[in-house]
Amino acid sequence: MEEIKEQMGHMPRIGEPAPAFEAVTTHGKLKLEDFKGGWLILFSHPADFTPVCTTEFIAFTEIHPELQKRGVELLGLSVDSVSSHIAWARNVEEKTKVKIPFPIIADLNKEVSLAYGMIHPGQSKTETVRCVFIIDPNQIIRTILYYPLTTGRNMDEILRIIDALQTTDKNAVATPANWRPGDKVVVPPPNTQEMAEERLKQGYECTDWYLCKKKL
Amino acid sequence: MACISPDGKPTESGTKMLRALQAGLGSPEEIARDTGLPLFRVRSGLRELTQAGLAKQRDDKYELSEKGAELIK
Repeated sequence: MEEIKEQMGHMPRIGEPAPAFEAVTTHGKLKLEDFKGGWLILFSHPADFTPVCTTEFIAFTEIHPELQKRGVELLGLSVDSVSSHIAWARNVEEKTKVKIPFPIIADLNKEVSLAYGMIHPGQSKTETVRCVFIIDPNQIIRTILYYPLTTGRNMDEILRIIDALQTTDKNAVATPANWRPGDKVVVPPPNTQEMAEERLKQGYECTDWYLCKKKL
Repeated sequence: MACISPDGKPTESGTKMLRALQAGLGSPEEIARDTGLPLFRVRSGLRELTQAGLAKQRDDKYELSEKGAELIK
């Protein structure tokens, strides 16, 4: 049990400060604080030169321009060496004409993987699972996604979460199930009886006092 | 090293940053705007250039060192 705990490392939580790191990447040595003031998606993949990871890197590259428009940087990670990352990125470009524009951490000593709980021994004791950490401009973890080794990530969902988080921050609202930009948003529920009564007179689309939506 | 090659010479992005510093003191944000490089690359690059003695940090801004100025003459 202790051995498994050691292999898992720390499991970060939503709302906590993202664990600081300094890591060797394909773009040189980077620190978490280098990304301060902007949004960051830190994601791990099991290994270079593997099929699902290759499709994911192509897909992350495809949404990169959309992420840039939203002020979001991407940072990949696996426990492979920087030479392996460079060779793989060059191979992807040669075979698919897709040039990977974002840095990839070479986490050979698993320092970052363990700090972010990216190794799940039940899946693999040596590789990171498919994690996504969405970190806000204040370097607080806002979303954590874990996917198994066999399932490639959904880029639409990652973009949707970014849009939802940024909408929430800007307008102090929440977003309902399957929300997309342009859809109505959820008005925060009232905290007092008086506010609940007032809420119903405010012209929102209310199912009841605790579920009101509005157009932005 | 992303900004300094193993032979000690600045890379293309390193040279861009040094050239941006030729105008005088600059913050990472200003240098990112001038060079078109992402802010995270500029922050890490300035750290490297400073460690290599090619740039100097003054509070939150950076400037060329004599060595850095000599290099991009």
